[in-house]
Amino acid sequence: MLEIRDLHASAGDRQILKGINLTVNAGEVHAIMGPNGSGKSTLAGVLAGRDGLEVTGGTVTFKGQDLLDLEPEERAREGVFLAFQYPVEIPGVNNAYLLKAGLNEVRKHRGEPELDAMDFMTLIRERMALLQMDDTLLSRPVNEGFSGGEKKRNEIFQMAVLEPTLAILDETDSGLDIDALKTVAGGVNALRSPDRSMVVVTHYQRLLNYIVPDFVHVLSGGRIVKSGGKELALELEAKGYGWIETEPATASV
Amino acid sequence: MSTATETVEELANQEYKYGFVTDVETDSIPIGLNEDVVRLISSKKEEPEWLLEWRLNAFRVWLKMSEPEWHNVHYDPIDYQSISYYAAPKKQIKLDSLDDVDPEIRATFDKLGISLDEQKRLSGVAVDAVFDSVSVATTFKDTLANLGIIFCSFSEAVREHPDLVRKYLGSVVPHSDNFFAALNSAVFSDGSFAYIPKGVKCPMELSTYFRINAANTGQFERTLLIADEGAEVSYLEGCTAPQRDENQLHAAVVELVALDDATIKYSTVQNWYPGDENGKGGIFNFVTKRGKAFANAKVTWTQVETGSAITWKYPSCILQGDNSVGEFYSVAVTNNCQEADTGTKMVHLGKNTRSTIISKGISAGRGQNTYRGLVRIGKGATGARNFSQCDSLLIGDRCGAHTFPYLEVKNTTSQVEHEASTSKIGEDQIFYCRQRGLSTEDAVNLIVNGFCKEVFRELPMEFAVEAQKLLGVSLEGSVG
Repeated sequence: MLEIRDLHASAGDRQILKGINLTVNAGEVHAIMGPNGSGKSTLAGVLAGRDGLEVTGGTVTFKGQDLLDLEPEERAREGVFLAFQYPVEIPGVNNAYLLKAGLNEVRKHRGEPELDAMDFMTLIRERMALLQMDDTLLSRPVNEGFSGGEKKRNEIFQMAVLEPTLAILDETDSGLDIDALKTVAGGVNALRSPDRSMVVVTHYQRLLNYIVPDFVHVLSGGRIVKSGGKELALELEAKGYGWIETEPATASV
Repeated sequence: MSTATETVEELANQEYKYGFVTDVETDSIPIGLNEDVVRLISSKKEEPEWLLEWRLNAFRVWLKMSEPEWHNVHYDPIDYQSISYYAAPKKQIKLDSLDDVDPEIRATFDKLGISLDEQKRLSGVAVDAVFDSVSVATTFKDTLANLGIIFCSFSEAVREHPDLVRKYLGSVVPHSDNFFAALNSAVFSDGSFAYIPKGVKCPMELSTYFRINAANTGQFERTLLIADEGAEVSYLEGCTAPQRDENQLHAAVVELVALDDATIKYSTVQNWYPGDENGKGGIFNFVTKRGKAFANAKVTWTQVETGSAITWKYPSCILQGDNSVGEFYSVAVTNNCQEADTGTKMVHLGKNTRSTIISKGISAGRGQNTYRGLVRIGKGATGARNFSQCDSLLIGDRCGAHTFPYLEVKNTTSQVEHEASTSKIGEDQIFYCRQRGLSTEDAVNLIVNGFCKEVFRELPMEFAVEAQKLLGVSLEGSVG
């Protein structure tokens, strides 16, 4: 599904990713953990094609094609979804309208007919139930005046509607209280499927109690310095990141 | 720098589609302006003596006035002696029916999407088409006449309904109001006239479509709209001009009279030629628009300003009667070298008068966009309320947005609110939309459309579509 080889990337003149290697197979959930400034969000941004990040080396292959060669919207239509850490507000633009426009672009790309308003409403009502979303969030402008929790819920709701093949969740847990966290995680778990992969970027182990990953990777200084199973997350929670950063030898595979 | 910004600019730089010239023989008078020219215009139009006197008074006042300089727009001085003040298609003889319209002119309006053919029109919109200085056709006249509604060219109104014209002409915008209004009063050529009788709700939109065709002429129309007690009318105005290297002057006056309990909604989509990307050519648009609302009456201005090299325009409301309401909704776009200084005046005189101002300025390229607004609460305006909101959106980093709100409050029981914001189309907003599958172009359209939504929803349906197309915007809000 996703094959990252020796990926280097910089923002401005600052080198942030310094040789990332990661393979994500269909149906797998990978957690990327690491201290602040280790490059987690940069990795998510590079995969989605965010402006201002420059890939200076390495390759990323997604479903057999060069992902880095695609425009952000082409990546989205191919099935790459980024749940934003800070979802942006777009005043005056109806939340449901943006989603319908996006969904129909994805459908067009897949060679499926565009959904009309009725079919679209049926679909989103069903997906809303999954996230226990408040109806009014649909007709409000995109993220405007949403609470932190509502924004994150909205991201996962969009994911549920767009049905990506690769979902990247960038610190989806930040700013969520425990109830909201459970709801969001429940939504994510309901979307796990054998042909959908997920990369879950998080700072804390807490989220991984609810979204149990198949693999955990620790990012530090722009490199993956340790990989393991879900128990690695617990070890990190107990010991902090310090002990790994002093053990760079385990990094190379 | 980033590709997103470049695309945004490209998008904002779409070419002017209405720049063609129609080949018709024109009867225009030599350039220059003096009393004889004013007399000539009046005689060409076979006007009564009182109107000639009115024009001459205006002209004499104009001579003593000087061009305003307080505005935030910049242009080379206008040489008022190098303009021809009257141009009309030559074949213009009395038209008995729409079939008599010159085929070239008919084709012009077809090309602009304004069908003069009543049968072909799907929706009920009556059109008065003004080509250069002359009204060439008014549709649906008979249908309207059955309800007692008068809708015709200004010249015809002077001939057929002189009492109404005499009573209301200049009653809202006096001939001495300002430099450009005085000029208009002296030399105005034609325009539209409408009268809605007592208690009648006009069953269709009334519309004037202005087209400047001839070179080196100015266009000076005069529109007078009267809604008698309890009457209701919605009025649309559209305008385009050919692409020419020289600047052309457009100085119009619009007067609205809303008598007791009447409602007038006046919508404009202004798409005069804006000049090229280096600022060459384009229309200088100096327009005075004002409505007077008597007791319980309501005047609403909605404007979408995308054209003109220079826009100088402040559609205003005099809230004379108690409980009268004034509204102003505006989207003004400046791109390339366009400059706009536009806004409104809300003058509260009556008790419990209310006004709302929603202004959306969008600047792109090197465009400069100025909102200038005055809210005046008079001594007697007990319980008056105003709400103003002025938002500016910047696209790129070479444009400018300016806001000059003036508040004059002389009654302490009134309530005046003003909100303002300036924002840039964010790269992060565009990226967010693209990450959901939208192209950059669609993303920008979506964001700009969202920004203008409060104004677009005030436009009549047909116009809203045109306005959105004008901004290159796909229809929003069809869901949810």
